[in-house]
Amino acid sequence: MRRFLKPLLFLILLLPFAWLLYAVFTENLGANPVEYLLHELGAWSLRFILLTLLMTPLRRFSGWSWPLKVRRMIGLFAFFYVCLHLLVYAGLDLEFNWPFLTEDVLERPYITIGFLAWLLLIPLAVTSNRVMIRKLGKRWKSLHKLVYLVASLGIIHFFWLVKKDLREPLIYLAIFIVLMLFRIPGKWFSRTNKVSVPS
Amino acid sequence: MLIKKPSDIKPSEITPPEHYAQRRKFIQAGLGLAGAAAVPALWLPNDVAAAREKLKGVKPSAFSTKEKTTSYKDVTTYNNFYEFGTSKSDPAKNAHTLTTKPWTVTVEGEVNKPGTFNLEDFINASALEERIYRFRCVEAWSMVVPWVGISLKQMLSRFEPNSKAKYVEFTTLYDPKQMPGQKRRVLTWPYVEGLRIDEAMNPLSIMAVGLYGEVLPNQNGAPLRLIVPWKYGFKNIKSIVKIRFTETMPRSTWATLAPNEYGFYANVNPLVDHPRWSQARERIIGSDSIFRSRKKTIVYNGYAEQVAHMYSGMNLRKYF
Repeated sequence: MRRFLKPLLFLILLLPFAWLLYAVFTENLGANPVEYLLHELGAWSLRFILLTLLMTPLRRFSGWSWPLKVRRMIGLFAFFYVCLHLLVYAGLDLEFNWPFLTEDVLERPYITIGFLAWLLLIPLAVTSNRVMIRKLGKRWKSLHKLVYLVASLGIIHFFWLVKKDLREPLIYLAIFIVLMLFRIPGKWFSRTNKVSVPS
Repeated sequence: MLIKKPSDIKPSEITPPEHYAQRRKFIQAGLGLAGAAAVPALWLPNDVAAAREKLKGVKPSAFSTKEKTTSYKDVTTYNNFYEFGTSKSDPAKNAHTLTTKPWTVTVEGEVNKPGTFNLEDFINASALEERIYRFRCVEAWSMVVPWVGISLKQMLSRFEPNSKAKYVEFTTLYDPKQMPGQKRRVLTWPYVEGLRIDEAMNPLSIMAVGLYGEVLPNQNGAPLRLIVPWKYGFKNIKSIVKIRFTETMPRSTWATLAPNEYGFYANVNPLVDHPRWSQARERIIGSDSIFRSRKKTIVYNGYAEQVAHMYSGMNLRKYF
C-alpha cells in the first residue's frame, strides 16, 4: 500500500489539470473561457498551497509519517498550477504582449502581488530536492518559511480582484488562519508537540 | 480543433431561438397529452421552463451594429445580476422566482404627469425596435446583444418632465422573496442608477423589454431595463419599478459604494483604467477561440459619433 501512496497522490493532484485540459478540447469552459481557466488554476494553486500547510499539523495530530513524505509533491504541484495560471494570463489573456504585462505587473497591485508570490515560489521549488536540502541544512527550514508569505500574498491577490462578494476569499483566509494557529508552539495538540518535525 | 473560423462552425452547432421554442412547445404538447396541463413545469430545465414569448411587429433600427451577435445561450447564462446571486451563472438559475406579470412602474419627481402605470400601458408596443448593440462590462468583457425596446426619449417625454428635471433616477425592484440575492447585503438595496437628462434623451438610449425578438428573460432584467450602450454594463439597470426626475445627481449604487472605482458617468473609455485593472482591452464572450479572445476597447464603446458631443469640455479622468 505504502508503495502506491505517492503515485496515487500524483494522479489525484493531476486531476484538476486533466479536467481543464479536457474542458479546453471539448470547449466546455463556458462563456468566458479564459477567465474560467484563470480562476480555476488560481483557485487550485491556492488550495494546494494550503494543503501543504496542512501536512505538518496532520502529522502532529495523527502521528502518521506520510504527511511529511508527500508534502514536497503537493508543494511542487502548487508551483505547477501557479505557473499554468501565470502562463494562461500572460499567453491567452495578454497574448504575450510584453508592454501590457509589464504595465500590469508594475501598476496593478493585485497583479504585482500575485507575480511576487510566483517569484517567491521559485526558490522553494528549486531547493525542494534532496541535494539542496542537505546543502542548505538549517537555512533550508528558514527559507521554506517563505511559503507562509506566499500563501498570504495569494490570498490578498484573491481579495483584491473580487468586486464585492468576499465570501470565497474569506474561506481561504479562514483556513489559512486555522493552519497558522496550529503552528503556535505549545498551545494546541501539546500531546504530540514533543515530536520534533520541521514546520 | 481549437481554432474555429466562423465558416467551420456547423449550422447544427447553433441553436436558434425558434428551435428552443419548438422544443418547449413539443414538451408542452407532451404534457397536454398526458392530461397534465395543470402540472407546473418545475421539473423542466430553466431554459425550457421559462416562458418564451415572441414579440410582434419589431422594427429594425439604423443604430444596430452588423457585428456578429453573442449566442442566445451566452447572453442568457452569463449575467451580472446580484439580486439573484453574485456568480455569473446564478441569475439564470435563480431568476425564475421573479414575477413580472403584473408589473407596475411609478413615475415621480419633476414631471407634470406623475403616476403609477401598468407595464402594458407604459410600453408602446407599436414602437418596438430591435437594437443590436455592443455591450461592455466594467469587468472588461463584452457581448453584442440584439435588444428589443423603445426609445427612452419617446417613453420619458410622455410624462412631461419640467425645467427642473436635470437627471433621471431609476430604481430596481426590492423584494428579497422574489430576489433572493437581496437577503445578503452585498450591495445596498434597492439598486439605483441614473442618467443626466440629455443622456436619457439621446437617441441611442432605450428601455429594453426583449432579447432576440422575444420577451426579456428574467435573468436579463425583465420586464424592463435600461440600455445605454456607450456606458459600462452596470449603468444598464434591470427590472425597473421606479423612475424619478430630479434636479440633483442621483446617488447611483456602485458609484456610492466605491466612488474611487465606479463613477456616475461610467462612459466606456480605454484611456481611463479601473484602479485595479486595465480598460484598454476586453474579453469577447463566446469567442470562437481561446487564443483570440481579446479585442481593443473603443472610446464610448464605438458610439462616439452619437454621444461624444454631450461630454465636450469635460475632464473624463475626473468624471469617469
